[in-house]
Amino acid sequence: MNNIFVLLPIALALGLGGLAAFLWSVRSGQYDDLDGAAHRILNDDEDGPE
Amino acid sequence: MATLAPPAPAPLTDEPGRAPTASLDLFVTEAEGGRQRLDLHVPGVHCAACIRKVEGALRNLPGITHARVNFTTRRLSAEWEPEQLAARDILSAVENAGFEARPFAAADAAAGAPDPASRRLLKSMAVAGFAAMNIMLLSVSVWSGADGATRDLFHLVSAAIAIPAVAYAGQPFFTSAWGALRHGRTNMDVPISIGVILATAMSLFETLTSGPHAYFDGVTMLLFFLLVGRYLDSLMRDRARAGVATLLKQSARGALVRAPDGATEYRPIEAVAPGMTVLVAAGERVPVDGTVLEGTSSLDLSLVTGESLPEAVAPGSALLAGTMNLSAPIAMKATRVGEQSFLAEVVRLMETAEQGRARYTRIADRAARWYAPAVHLTAFLTAIGWLVAGAGWHQALVIAIAVLIITCPCALGLAVPAVQVRAASVLMKRGLLVKDGSALERMAAADTVVFDKTGTLTLGRPEPIDDLPLSPSDLALAAGLAARSRHPLSRALLSAARARGVTPAAITDVHEEPGLGLEAVWKGETLRLGRPDWAGAAGSSAANLLELAFRRGASPARRLGFADPLRPDARAAIERLRAAGLDVRILSGDRPEAVAAAARALGIRSWAARQTPEGKLDAIAALEAEGRKVLVVGDGLNDAPMLAAGHASMAPASASDAGQTAADMLFLSDSLMAVPQAIETARRADRQIRQNLITAIVYNVVAVPIAVAGFVTPLIAAVAMSLSSIIVVGNALRLKVPD
Repeated sequence: MNNIFVLLPIALALGLGGLAAFLWSVRSGQYDDLDGAAHRILNDDEDGPE
Repeated sequence: MATLAPPAPAPLTDEPGRAPTASLDLFVTEAEGGRQRLDLHVPGVHCAACIRKVEGALRNLPGITHARVNFTTRRLSAEWEPEQLAARDILSAVENAGFEARPFAAADAAAGAPDPASRRLLKSMAVAGFAAMNIMLLSVSVWSGADGATRDLFHLVSAAIAIPAVAYAGQPFFTSAWGALRHGRTNMDVPISIGVILATAMSLFETLTSGPHAYFDGVTMLLFFLLVGRYLDSLMRDRARAGVATLLKQSARGALVRAPDGATEYRPIEAVAPGMTVLVAAGERVPVDGTVLEGTSSLDLSLVTGESLPEAVAPGSALLAGTMNLSAPIAMKATRVGEQSFLAEVVRLMETAEQGRARYTRIADRAARWYAPAVHLTAFLTAIGWLVAGAGWHQALVIAIAVLIITCPCALGLAVPAVQVRAASVLMKRGLLVKDGSALERMAAADTVVFDKTGTLTLGRPEPIDDLPLSPSDLALAAGLAARSRHPLSRALLSAARARGVTPAAITDVHEEPGLGLEAVWKGETLRLGRPDWAGAAGSSAANLLELAFRRGASPARRLGFADPLRPDARAAIERLRAAGLDVRILSGDRPEAVAAAARALGIRSWAARQTPEGKLDAIAALEAEGRKVLVVGDGLNDAPMLAAGHASMAPASASDAGQTAADMLFLSDSLMAVPQAIETARRADRQIRQNLITAIVYNVVAVPIAVAGFVTPLIAAVAMSLSSIIVVGNALRLKVPD
């Protein structure tokens, strides 16, 4: 029973971490150009999104 | 044309429809930190190397701080320090890299950017998904037999996750439902909101009183599924909007104004006043209504009036905005601008015509009209029934809320958008842009198709009739002359020569006589290509005015006939429309002879020629009054009111701005097959929507008695909801476009 008090917060924290990461990626525009991302991976000299 | 040359000629690019570079500053916006920003549409970007080339060319410029291509929307955003760089450097850097680029007008710049509403839906969806998954983990242990203090703890944790999640992710539904209720209407969001709020409140009550059943898992899952449907719907509209916005960019929104002292200035259309002198280069569209002051030229009226033959103009002739100046530069006096112009008249007609369409109710909302009261009545009667049967207040209420949850239109909310999004995305792969889901619903109901002729049934560009009566060497010379002109017949001759594998002769020093033709001296022989009488062709011109003649030296001139050909598979497309049970008609602004010929070639019996925009509008209204549902296919400015008035409408990508704005659907290909394909896809989509709605109803017929009898537990609700949603989405994915 006691392990629940450890496991539940861990599970929720992990879930919230994933949610926060997703919300950040939406806000920073990573879903605005899905086709472009597929092509950019072929460029060697790409210095990442600006 | 020496009289025309302004003392200080402004740089004019001779690309058709392109604004002179002087206008670029109109499109520059201020970015943060005092930088300037320009958004360009770069249609030629189609591979990884193109992205690198364009971005690399800009990053090499001094003072550039940001350069990025959005591949999906073909949009280049650049920011720079204004001290070191000008907007023109950006454009020329892109053009030197080998790409054509056009600025996004400031007012439309937002149109290509992702819609904030879609982002909000995506975030809501993520929050609802997170909540649903985590609560489900807890619920599974409750269903597996956790009880006592453990169950209460799990319910409490679920409540702590669910309540903020519902408050955030439910907002799109709550605001829409509240908006409908305030106006005394109801929509699908009303039962959704009532169900969600009541279920959350009841579950909270259960949790606080240590009850056995909490529906937090069902509520958050329901919101998640519904938000998936909403997000897909909004994504479809965004894509179509971006597509339309890029097409609209093709027209210049400014005019080159000549001041009395001879200086020229490029102004936005709004800043042109009646009485001003406006210069129109060959190959540009006339920016405002007016009359010719200096110069003679010919005008292509096809996009404005539907007339397929070029019209010759001389000083004093009237000009309509939107017509294309073909052969020589002219100076014109602006007469009607803004509210009085022909364009404004057409826009006013469009606005009145659109009111009819605004009354259309979408299938989902029509379903909601009887669904919502039925559900609420059932829940209410259930509560009364259990009370009468002797159950307590608490039990009666719990069961009534279970009825509401189980009938919450989860499948209904997905049934329509899932199919429409699927239909729009398969159509987009075939080059058809659907502006919104209701267009598909309306198109499926069409029983009559009305076509415009010029530019819709025909390609809107002339091509030689039959074989050209010229030897290959003569054809090379004629094409060499034609290469020097932008008259549509010259261009047609040039591309016909190229199609026959003839390389145009490199003739320098070609002299163009506006309104007459082209002349050059080549190896001692005089070459003439132009009006038959001017080139010296024997005999009189036939009624068919689309004719050129070519003369080489002293040999007799030869006539070359041209016609505006029907689209390649127009006949097959019309046959297919008839086979699908549709009545096909033509309403054209062109001459009766031209319309009759097209109608005969296509086997269409019902046609009308010389129609004004008002005439077309009245004809559509008469057809609708007969109870017909009319699909209108047209392209010109004169078609815009009837496009807006039709039950549904389509336009080719070559259509005028007004035509594109008014149409529900745009097709990018030359083939007219797009029209039957769109109708057949819309009908298939309609059939699948109905299947999905029936699935949802069957689900209710099975589930509601169980709920009314009080047997629904949160487990049953969760399983039933997921199952019906998966069936509905699976059915939607079956949709394909017919070949």
